[in-house]
Amino acid sequence: MPDKILSPNTDLVAPPEQRAAVAHAAAPASAAPPAVTPAGVALPSHAPVPAGVGTPVDDAVLADGAVLADDATPPPGDTGAGGQVRRRRHDLLAAAGPLLRRPGFILAGLFVVFVIVSGLAPSLFTSYNPSTTSPTDKLKGPSVHHLFGTDELGRDLFSRVLHGSTLTIKATGGAVLIAIIAGLTIGVVAGFFGGWVDSLLMRLVDILLAIPALLMALVIVTALGFGLLPIAIAVGTTITPTFARTTRAEVLRVKEQPYVEAARTGGASWGRVLVRHILPNSWGPVSVLAVLDFGTAVLVISSLSFLGFGTPPPAAEWGTLISNGRNFLVTSPWLSLLPGLFVGLVVFSLNHIARTFEEVQR
Amino acid sequence: MPRYLAGRVAQALLVLWAAYTVTFIILNILPSDPITLQLSAGGADVSQLTAVQVHDLKAHYGLDDPVVVQYFHHLWAALHLDFGMSLTQNVSVGSLITDKLPSTILLSAVAVVIMLVLGTSVAFLATYVQWRPARMLLARLPAVGVSLPQFFVGLLLIQVFSFSLTWLPATGTHGWRSLVLPAITLALPGSAMLAQLLTRSLSDTWREPYIVTARAKGLSRWTIQVRHALRNASLPALTLLGVVVAYTVVNSVVVEVVFTRNGIGQLAQQAVLGQDVPVVQAIVLIAATLFVAVSLLVDLLYSLLDPRVARAGRAA
Repeated sequence: MPDKILSPNTDLVAPPEQRAAVAHAAAPASAAPPAVTPAGVALPSHAPVPAGVGTPVDDAVLADGAVLADDATPPPGDTGAGGQVRRRRHDLLAAAGPLLRRPGFILAGLFVVFVIVSGLAPSLFTSYNPSTTSPTDKLKGPSVHHLFGTDELGRDLFSRVLHGSTLTIKATGGAVLIAIIAGLTIGVVAGFFGGWVDSLLMRLVDILLAIPALLMALVIVTALGFGLLPIAIAVGTTITPTFARTTRAEVLRVKEQPYVEAARTGGASWGRVLVRHILPNSWGPVSVLAVLDFGTAVLVISSLSFLGFGTPPPAAEWGTLISNGRNFLVTSPWLSLLPGLFVGLVVFSLNHIARTFEEVQR
Repeated sequence: MPRYLAGRVAQALLVLWAAYTVTFIILNILPSDPITLQLSAGGADVSQLTAVQVHDLKAHYGLDDPVVVQYFHHLWAALHLDFGMSLTQNVSVGSLITDKLPSTILLSAVAVVIMLVLGTSVAFLATYVQWRPARMLLARLPAVGVSLPQFFVGLLLIQVFSFSLTWLPATGTHGWRSLVLPAITLALPGSAMLAQLLTRSLSDTWREPYIVTARAKGLSRWTIQVRHALRNASLPALTLLGVVVAYTVVNSVVVEVVFTRNGIGQLAQQAVLGQDVPVVQAIVLIAATLFVAVSLLVDLLYSLLDPRVARAGRAA
């Protein structure tokens, strides 16, 4: 086995094999858990992506899913080497099992999928135009025709909520994307280089963490002005520090793993080790955090638009809808309460999904 | 202990300075032209002004100095609790804040009490009750509390208790009756977080060997829960409590807007809407001070309750 690690064409060999070899060498004989299947199992499912051809990024993305999945099964204390060996599709299915046995998770997942699909294509679920007014139908309560009732101009509220999803999803996605990119970069740089770079970046993160998120968002919105993009940037910035922290901790942990040392010994450059070994294996906890932060982001974004810092009318995010409905709370409570409940359900579902991931990974 | 104390205080002051600096940078460097921003915030139409007028105005607000000079000028003034003039309302920021701070502090204080009582009792019952459905319900409840947006909770409470039952006023700042609903709304997410953490650490504590010893001695579940489990489990919760208390003041932005209460939160919303930079800067400083002060207090309390912490700090 060891000669494989040192063989000149390491760079052309798929990392799983390499890790399998390392794992095998590290865990002698029967001590290896069932997770350490020989590379033979790993290869066929990996075959469609020839290692030498696939760009490093492709591979990282592919590995993401697998890492997320296969952390579920290995026994505790073996997250390093053993976990990496079982691979790809086979394991994705195996890991999906415990998830699919949770009805709560399925419900939450379906709801989130519904919200995303309806946000991308609202016309699939409602035939009403969100801005068509109809004076005769104004302030009607929820009914079969108007699921969420109608507002003060007779516009269908359900349609307005679904069209609002588009904006809120855009802002949330943007915010989380900013946080992931910035957080990963800061975390990886800090964890990978260490030393004064690490201290400097982490002190910066500490400061950002000392300012409460909503307040920081308010400061950024004051500076940038109102609208979807400023809100996304503001919220993205406020959730970046936790990403950076988690990523750094993971990078520090993975950096010391034997397979990183093996890859280095095998002649891989630091850049390659970073992209193909450290990043994919640090991803697990970071991805849980990402799902959790989707919930937080939705909450803060709708709070900000509730406060009036969102897109100007007639477009309406969830928060804006709720804030408008406030004026009619006495006579038509559904105008603010139903969208509010909708937002609550979205956040609850996202949190539930994140928690389930976390439990399954443990 | 004195050295630990001094170290923590110095650290707190450093964080405070950093927070001020970061907000100053964001507020003064990010926008393309702070002068236009600030002048139009005051209601002036910049295009109508002559170059001389603009120059005079800049000089008036001290905006023609280099940013670094401005920074030290503002920092020095802030150290003397002088936050300058509001750009949208023709009063000093200091007087605006002293006007509105008391009602927000009162609201937060009541909310913190509710938070403590609610959070602790849910966690206490979730680990004490033995009837499984109730246990499950109590353990799951906080997850809902964390997810509900505060404006939704506030509006729901107004709808139920003000409009349907007409027990409590929906809006206003005066009298204890107007305090009840906002305080509950403000307390809810915090108490849910507290309950989650405390439930977990309580159930961990129940597995400790000293609990087995206590059981073997013949103590009742109640006595164990109150005398042994709760005391040991509440230490980790203390840290969270510090964070949650500090967040209460910030979350008052949403709650005060929902209940149209006159306070710092509403002032913050108006300041951001009017892009009133000095007010925003002052509010951030106040909130950060509170945040830092509370976490300092928690750390000190922690080292009193668990002397190992201070000793570890000294050793380091």
